[in-house]
Amino acid sequence: MISIENLTFRYGARGVPVFQDFNWHVAPGETWSIIGSSGCGKTTLLMLLAGLRRATGGAICIGGSPISRPRPETGLILQDFGLMPWATVWDNVALGLRVRRFYGPDGKHAPRSVPPTSRGEARQLVERWLRRLNIYEQRNKFPGAVSGGQRQRTAIARTLALQPDLLLMDEPFSSLDALTREDLQNLILQLQVEMSLTSVIVTHAIEEAAILGRNILVLCDPPNTEAVIVSNPDAGTPGYRSTRTFLDKCNELRTLLGLSA
Amino acid sequence: MQRTTHAARPERLTAELTTEHAATSRDLLRQVARGTLARLLNLALALAIFLACWIALAAALDRDIMPYPWQVWPVFVEQMQGDLQTHLFASARRVLAAIAFSVLIATPIGMGLGQIRALNRIFSPLIGLVHPIPKVVFLPVILVIMGIGERSKIFLIALILFFQILVVVRDEAASLRPELIQSVRSLGAGRRALFRYVYLPASLPAVLTALRVSVGTAIAVLFIAEQYSTREGLGYYIVTLTWQRLRFEEMYAGILAMSLLGLVLYLVVDFLERVFGRWRRAGEF
Repeated sequence: MISIENLTFRYGARGVPVFQDFNWHVAPGETWSIIGSSGCGKTTLLMLLAGLRRATGGAICIGGSPISRPRPETGLILQDFGLMPWATVWDNVALGLRVRRFYGPDGKHAPRSVPPTSRGEARQLVERWLRRLNIYEQRNKFPGAVSGGQRQRTAIARTLALQPDLLLMDEPFSSLDALTREDLQNLILQLQVEMSLTSVIVTHAIEEAAILGRNILVLCDPPNTEAVIVSNPDAGTPGYRSTRTFLDKCNELRTLLGLSA
Repeated sequence: MQRTTHAARPERLTAELTTEHAATSRDLLRQVARGTLARLLNLALALAIFLACWIALAAALDRDIMPYPWQVWPVFVEQMQGDLQTHLFASARRVLAAIAFSVLIATPIGMGLGQIRALNRIFSPLIGLVHPIPKVVFLPVILVIMGIGERSKIFLIALILFFQILVVVRDEAASLRPELIQSVRSLGAGRRALFRYVYLPASLPAVLTALRVSVGTAIAVLFIAEQYSTREGLGYYIVTLTWQRLRFEEMYAGILAMSLLGLVLYLVVDFLERVFGRWRRAGEF
């Protein structure tokens, strides 16, 4: 699904490279967490995958083709939700489908393989996702009038309504309270299975990395030259949060990140 | 996979839910309408106070230049069926044309300045310099360059509105968070879709705010511009046709017409601002 070969990336012409000859591969259906201290380049990596930044050198291929602009089959969810404050929850969720209808299936802004959704179909899709994410009652409210958790649910619904094959998330739950965060983490786990999504989630929370990713990529201080990977095959199994394996995995990550267990 | 489950959905259910969505949009409109009704009641009260002041002033002055409302009203009604209507329409046409031009030109430029930092760095000092200059002082220059026709008057008013709109649209576009732009781009939006779905709806309330605060100035300047080289318009009617001929009751009919022009424009802009700016009152985001 994702193949990164000899990636080099630096900010500016003479800065310290964030990535240097970096290699990383993700197979379809895998769920990954990326963890690291701030400034390690985890968000940069996600922006590169999203096509919102360009690599300085090397190749990033997603689904077999090199990436130079946002790929229509990739979904992106950010910490700050990226909702339009002037549009209702409904209109925010419908945005992606509207953008697709605006361009038609040109392969650049919308996948060529997906036939254009008619207005009626789009309405059904929006409604289904609003219901699936439990925000149907909020559909006519503006983002300013709903809770943080509901805002992030809106952003998730908007992204998933486009049926992405790859879901990228940048610290999606960092600004939410603990209960809402756990609730949404469980939702993401369900959706990963339901939609057989390949997903990459960037986080700075060790527990979150261990809960959401069956594979964990650990990034260190730049330059990152080698992908440090922790396998975490039990993630997503019911009750994983309270198992011994989970705690051990968290401690392993702490050690890798240079923290004392 | 999801699409197929969808097709299987009973159509009746979908239809029901769709009308439900439409019904709640109607509710929202009804709310706005109710707000408007309350405002109309307040307006009636204000009008009563205004008339009382007028009557008191007329009684205190007791001169021809200050007639009573009941002397002015029949003249207004009568004049509105004749000449005054033509003059009102001429003035309204000029203001509306100026609004249209300034919005169409200032909005895209404002968006560009707000989003492209390098451009803004170059042009902001210039705008800061020119914006506070009262544009009406350029009336003689504009008259000479653009001629005595409609164009010079429309241009002068448009110039005033232009800077007001430019500044607020620029600030609004600059305040759009990069995260918002990024996530909309990740949904597939290129420049055209960003313009249609992000910049345009984001700056619409700002444009209306700018119009609301500047439409009064625009009409005041129109009044002055209509003193020169024209035989149409309320400014001409009030000064040349009535005041200079000591037809004070007709003059007040003209003043009333000009006030109504300002009031109606203000109310329309204010109403639109309420409809399109509803989200601003929805809370912090």
